Amino acid sequence: MNSKSKNGKKSALGQLLIPLTALAILLLFNLIRDPNFFAIKVAVNNDGNSVLSGNLITIIDNASALAIIAMGMTLVTAACGGQDISVGAVGAIAGSFFVKVLKSGEEITAGSVILGVLVCILAAVAFMMFNGTLVAVFRIQPMIATLILFSCGRSIAYWITGSATPQLNSPIIRAMGMTIPGIPIPTPIFAVVLVGIILSLVFRFTNLRLYTQSVGINQGAARLNGINPTVIKLLSFVLLGVCVAVASMIGVCRMAQLSHKTLLVDVEMDAILAVAIGGNNLGGGKFRIAGSIMGAYIIQMLTTTLYAMNVATVNVKAYKAIVIIVIVVAGSPVIKSKIAALSNKMKSGRQLSTAKGVR
Amino acid sequence: MKKILALVLALVMVLCAASALADGIKVGIINLDPSESGYRQANVADLNATFTAENGYDATFVTAPTADKQLEAFKGFITAGVKYILVSAAETTGWDEVLQEAKDNGIQVFLFDRLIECDPELYTAAVVSNMDQEGETAVAWLESLNLEKYDILHIQGQLGSAAQLGRSGALAAKCEADDKWTIVHEGTGGDSWSEDEAHAIALAAIDAGKTFNVVYAENDGMARGVVTALDEKGITHGVDGDVIIMGFDCNAWALEKLLAGEWNYDGQCSPFQAAVIDDMIKKLEAGETIEGGIIYNEEKGFDATTITQEDVDTYGLK
Repeated sequence: MNSKSKNGKKSALGQLLIPLTALAILLLFNLIRDPNFFAIKVAVNNDGNSVLSGNLITIIDNASALAIIAMGMTLVTAACGGQDISVGAVGAIAGSFFVKVLKSGEEITAGSVILGVLVCILAAVAFMMFNGTLVAVFRIQPMIATLILFSCGRSIAYWITGSATPQLNSPIIRAMGMTIPGIPIPTPIFAVVLVGIILSLVFRFTNLRLYTQSVGINQGAARLNGINPTVIKLLSFVLLGVCVAVASMIGVCRMAQLSHKTLLVDVEMDAILAVAIGGNNLGGGKFRIAGSIMGAYIIQMLTTTLYAMNVATVNVKAYKAIVIIVIVVAGSPVIKSKIAALSNKMKSGRQLSTAKGVR
Repeated sequence: MKKILALVLALVMVLCAASALADGIKVGIINLDPSESGYRQANVADLNATFTAENGYDATFVTAPTADKQLEAFKGFITAGVKYILVSAAETTGWDEVLQEAKDNGIQVFLFDRLIECDPELYTAAVVSNMDQEGETAVAWLESLNLEKYDILHIQGQLGSAAQLGRSGALAAKCEADDKWTIVHEGTGGDSWSEDEAHAIALAAIDAGKTFNVVYAENDGMARGVVTALDEKGITHGVDGDVIIMGFDCNAWALEKLLAGEWNYDGQCSPFQAAVIDDMIKKLEAGETIEGGIIYNEEKGFDATTITQEDVDTYGLK
């Protein structure tokens, strides 16, 4: 029993080995390149609030939306063995519901914001249920099923708001997107923490993790054991919907406007990458949400590092791609088993030599 | 199948009857999808408001986001026997054949907003924005401020697009020629002219300790992204601020930022070509000859210190 749990822990750490190493290398690289990279100072923003400021804060703050979507994406990946590519478009739709509610009244009040948040989450969940139904009930490949909203979602967002870039001028929105007066940490960071805590509580007190993994590994076997794969898959899309809604509100509040063309644009690719960098199997099954969150911060740190290094933004994507290929290949099963075989060989070689020495 | 055929026949008959009744100038207008941008929305609305029955037109409007749909609509207009076709093309190539066909049928074609790569003989006139001029107007305005030094944060649009080339071109030329002008940091918002990307670039520049006193962003959304970063970092901007904010496109919300003194300059990219084309068609109908070829639409630049609410209402894209 004891050895078994120890074994489990070891394999889980093994999954996080690659992202942890990548993160450590990036941190070390930046520390050598510029010791001031991690300096954090207190600045006063234009609203007169004291805020923490520095590269590290920028990275953690700006990765917020991506980290939250990556959490949901991990669940969908684990349960369905595929990825949702419509998260950006659904985010635009959810954002436009949010803005629609806020703009319906004369002024933006605490009440209308709460209503807006609820409507936003409901809208995202509803559209994700559409994806989920196609995947879970009609057994369509996730990437194909979500291609529908991927291609038309942003037009739907435009129909809902009816105006190209609605503006939200309110101190409440600024507090949600930037910092709450008196608290020096950017609000989006709290959103990540909140979603993370909620998800870990769900895993702590329910069997969702086990059920999701078993559906992802072998749904026939899961069904024989009394788990309903359709419900589990749908549930993963519902949770992704909640994540997308929160991410979309972060984006809308940060800019205090909704631009249906650019809100969360290209986030789906980064989210899938974050899941992959986190060492999760993109074919479903076992998963570690912590890995995906780390993946999101790695991607953001990479971007910020490249910007800070004065790499022309045109080239940033190419450099990013190279680093990501290295990380993903290093974490691939082929390389992993090669390394394992190599270390086994070395071990047995050592044993052999010690045996020889005894003789 | 029969039902569909009957329906189509009935539709054709109704259309014929309708066209027989209406005696306006028959015009077919092909545009891009209004949801594309605030610019397109204003462009479509402007055309709709100009080519009306009251103004003496019998106009049919088609908005299509792709070239094949547009070509289909174009051929449809030739068959329907319109007198003029107005096109804002989704793609710059592949139009020669239909343009020739239109010419053979005596249909005059006007291009608006976007040029087509073809023999200029194939169309009557093209009313477009002069992106080079937009850049030059903006740079001339910036120069007129007579700052001691110009340390510029430059956020480019989609690289290679006409708007980006024109707006970057003038600035690059000026920085090349004048030692007081330096681009301290440059980045692009990418193909979607992303405000998030602009935000990230600005944050990186500030965190790296770079100082600048001018933000030259090639559209309003990206200027917004940079301003958000400045607000987060506590750098003042606008009329009484440390950093001059320049944007393009004249969205209504952006012009309101000018009015509030938070931004300094916004360059127009005028979506209003309808009046110019209307004028030309009226002249042709009256038997006059017109100057064809490429016609540049007049475009303004707005200064925060002189802009009025009337300007916002007239020129702001909603």
